[in-house]
Parts: sequence; structure tokens; C-alpha cells
Amino acid sequence: MWELIKLELFKVFRKPRTFIAFGAITAIVGLIQMGFYVDGESYINFGMQALSDSFEVDGKILNGYLLAYIILQTLLVHVPLLIALVSGDMISGEANMGTLRLLITKPVSRARLISAKFLASAIYTMLLLLWMAIWALFVSMLVFGTDDMIIMKSEVVTQVLESDTMWRYFAAFGFASLAMITVSSLAFFLSIFAENSIGPIIACMSIVIVFTILNTLNLPIFNLVKPYLFTSHMLGWKGFFDVKVNADNEQIIGSIENLPAVMKSAAILLFHIIGFWLASIFVFRKKDIMS
Amino acid sequence: MIPVIEVKHLGKQFPGFKAVDDLSFTVYQGDVYGFLGQNGAGKSTTIRMLLSLIAPSSGTIRIFGKDMASSRNEILRQTGAVIERPDLYKYLSALENLAVFARLSGLKLPESTLMKKLEQVGLAERADSKVRTFSQGMKQRLGIAVALVHDPALIVLDEPTNGLDPQGIADIRNLIISLSRDHGKTVLVSSHLLSEMEQMASRMIIIDRGKKIVEGEMRELLDPAHVLLEVVTTDPPGTAEWIGQSQWARLPFDNMDGRLQIRMDRKDIPSFTRELVGSGADVISVNPRNSLEEYFLSLTSGGQYVGAH
Repeated sequence: MWELIKLELFKVFRKPRTFIAFGAITAIVGLIQMGFYVDGESYINFGMQALSDSFEVDGKILNGYLLAYIILQTLLVHVPLLIALVSGDMISGEANMGTLRLLITKPVSRARLISAKFLASAIYTMLLLLWMAIWALFVSMLVFGTDDMIIMKSEVVTQVLESDTMWRYFAAFGFASLAMITVSSLAFFLSIFAENSIGPIIACMSIVIVFTILNTLNLPIFNLVKPYLFTSHMLGWKGFFDVKVNADNEQIIGSIENLPAVMKSAAILLFHIIGFWLASIFVFRKKDIMS
Repeated sequence: MIPVIEVKHLGKQFPGFKAVDDLSFTVYQGDVYGFLGQNGAGKSTTIRMLLSLIAPSSGTIRIFGKDMASSRNEILRQTGAVIERPDLYKYLSALENLAVFARLSGLKLPESTLMKKLEQVGLAERADSKVRTFSQGMKQRLGIAVALVHDPALIVLDEPTNGLDPQGIADIRNLIISLSRDHGKTVLVSSHLLSEMEQMASRMIIIDRGKKIVEGEMRELLDPAHVLLEVVTTDPPGTAEWIGQSQWARLPFDNMDGRLQIRMDRKDIPSFTRELVGSGADVISVNPRNSLEEYFLSLTSGGQYVGAH
């Protein structure tokens, strides 16, 4: 199986389109970093205005950790498109090129072939997130330095100690990988039905957009289905930055305020991934290859 | 003769039309087996079923004595194929394409072996060139190298000379003949050109609208002394039974939807007809076809087959 996955990864990384996503992430993260480097202080001061009236705030508020959080929050909405670009091409691209029929004539079962391709697209997604982590977190740390991280939400201000931050990022990027692999799985599944990659990419993005809109509409009929939509759980990574406090309102190092909710979201995403994988095998095994 | 491919009552029903209808044929070891039919006759659908690309609606396929449905991987390990256009990974070089498909066949071949395979099809000098820079003929040759990379015993080629210039056609034809004659391979090759089949096939089947029209040894099919006698009676099953029990049972015989076809010497036609009438059959027509070309031109409505150039 590993041999098949390596072959698929070899093909993925020889395709020029694969590097569009890596280039786009580098460019977007670089732009955000440059913007904050030039004008970040005024942005932070504006955001901290209300807080500064009541509290004395010192230290380096605009630091690498905060910037990584901002970048993650901004980018994870758009990364699905970059992921669908490759995952939506995994089967449909082969059908379009005419190589799918040649692949099927080789002594590899369809289930193994589809699983190898599925896992290769998941690995590509993880590598993309790793690339994003390197640029958004490590480069930001290098350029902006480190300190405690202050996250402002509508009603709450969370301060995460510098020493308690890094593991949260590892966990957050791990969770984000799970969320993005869900999108990748959906694009992959859709690619089985098409003979060019445009269809699956657009269909995948349409589903993500429609589900995201449903999430934002607070209507009882939509509230019923929201818990089952994978998009409702894709921002679960933020839960790793909600820190528990003790009776004296002091934060508990290494704690997560609502770990069960984060785990539940992760489980639902995993359930979707496995579901799309099994559905892909089921459909592909029965598919007549006419391309 | 050892059968390599045994197809029995094969059928494929697509929504709205039947692409292959009750097709049976046998390919023997060492054959260059021609699969002739006009475009849309069902050749590619049949070949795709032989290679497990599409599932049959009915019938059985046995290759190397094994059932395709249950021994797919075992069969494909010994089979190489080029299906219609030999599309390959355009962003990879010829050598990389060959390596990828060798690995998919379970082989990790050294570069020197892969280069020999490319030499065999005359592409060694372009081993490192991306396939996107290749002409149709070069792609075709690389496709054949891919089909041969794991040294299969059976090679299935679907219209391998499509889009090639005369020199390219001759090269592919010589390669196919050499694969059978010098390397003992069994080759099933489809085409819509009779002239092509005449030059390389040892046995042949003609299909039309998914049905078998005729099957047999090439030299017999093309022998002017032999005719294909088409017999129409009011009771085809009864007539078929009579033939099966008569002295004529030794001759190649087919029942095509009530149209009985029997291959025989021209001189035997009078005695056959006499005996048939004597058996009590109500004979509507007895129609001898002189040549294979005339025969299938008359059978195919569009007359799209091309004879000798």
C-alpha cells in the first residue's frame, strides 16, 4: 500500500497545479505579515482601545503567536479551495487525461487504488497545513517575536501564557488538518463522478459555502441540521485557545475549557472522512470506466 | 491449442441500448486475434470488459483458465493493454511513465531495463522528454512499451494504429507480428480496417451491433475456394439441429439470430442444399458469400469497412 501511496504522491508533486496552493499560502501569509509589520501597531492599538481604558497592558501584544492566530482564522476559510484544487483532480484528472483506464488495467484492486489516492490527497492536505504552520507560526515568531497571547472575543478576553501556547498551536494545526482533510475527502469523493476537475472543485466549494451560510443563519429549521454539518465543526481548533480558570480567575496551564466539545467536533469530522472514503470505494468499485 | 481468452454469451446493456449481445469467442495461445468491426460495433466495450474496466451485464470471461470476476488481479498481472488512445502522464517523462506503470504491475525495474523497453519501441533517445512534447505516433509506441513493461503473456491492443502515419502503422504491425512469432505472446488487436487484419491476424472475429458475425482462421476466411453459406429456413432451430447431426457438423457453423452460417467448399453447396431439402426443411434462401470483404460489407449497413488500400 505504501508503494502505491508513494506513486500517487510522486504524481501529485510532479503536477504544476499542486504548487499553486503552496505558492498562494506563502503569498497570502507573507502579505499579512508585511501588512502587520508596517502598520500592525495601529491595528492592535485600535483593537486594544477599550481594554486599555480599564487595564494596564504591557508586553508585546503584536507577537508571532497572535499573528498566527489571526492568519489561521483568516486563511482557513479560503484554504478549502486550494485543497479542492488537488483533491478534486485525483480521479477526474486521471479520467480527463485518459490514464484512469490504464490504471484500472493494472493488477491493483480498485479499493486499494482508491485508498492510495485518498490517502495521498490527505497527505498533501497535511503537508499544506504544515507549510502554513511554518509560515504563519514559525516565520511570524521569527519576525514578530513571542510573548503571551491575548485573544479578544465579543465578551471575553483570553490571555494565554507564552509558555502555554506552543502545544496549543500543535493541537490547533492538527485539528485544522482534520477539518481540511474532510474538505479534501469531499472533493475526492466528488471527483469520482466527473471527467474533468472543474466540476468537483466547484461542487465541493458550493457545498462548503452553502453549509457555511446555513451555519450563520440562526433559523430553527437550520439549527436542527447544524450539528451534523461538517462546516459547523471546522473551527473547532479555536477551542484549544480557550483556557480554563480556577476559582481565583487564574488560568490553569495546559487546560482546555471545553475539551469534550473539541473532541466531539474532531470525532464528527473523522466520521465524515471515513464516510467519504468508504463511499468513494463503494462507488468506484461499481463504476464503469468509459473515459 | 490452449485457450487464453474464453468469452461466453457476453452482454453489456447500457441505458437505452445493448452494446454487446450474446458474444462468444475463444482466443488461443500464440494467436494474433483480430477483432474487426465498424465504429460503434462494440469492440471497445468488449475489450473494456476483458480488462475489467466495465462490468458485463451477462456472460462469463475466462482468461488463462481463470474467471475474470474472481481472479482479476492474477489475470491482469499477465496482461498488457493499450486502450484506444495511449494517454499517459503528460507531465512525466517517457522513462518516468514506464517506471510508474511497472511499479503498478508490482515491478521495481532498474533504469537499464526500462531503457531496453524504450529501445524496443524506438524511444530510447527521448527517454527524458516529457510526454507532452511527443507526437501521436511516439505516444502510441510509448503506450505499447507500457503495455509490455511487465512482460505479459497476453497483450490487448484497441485500435493501436489509429492516428498513425503509414510508417507508424507498419512499425506497429511488425511489432505485433514479432510479439507473437518471436516472443510467443498472444495478442488481441481490434481494428475497423480489414486490410490491417489481413496483414497480421492469424484468427479473426467480425462483430456488428454487438453481435458476432463470423469467427475463424484468417486463411480460411480469406480462402476464395471457401464460401460462407447463409441459410434461411422457416425453422432455424430445427435446421441447426439437423446440421449438428449430419455429415456437415464437422464444418464451422454459427447460428446468428436464426441466420445459419456454414463455411464450406464451393463445390459442396449443391449436395448440402439437396440434403437440406431432403431432410424436410422449408428453405427460404441459400446464399453463398464469395469473399470475406464482400461478406462483411454486405452485412454492415453503412459499408464503412475499408478493404485493401
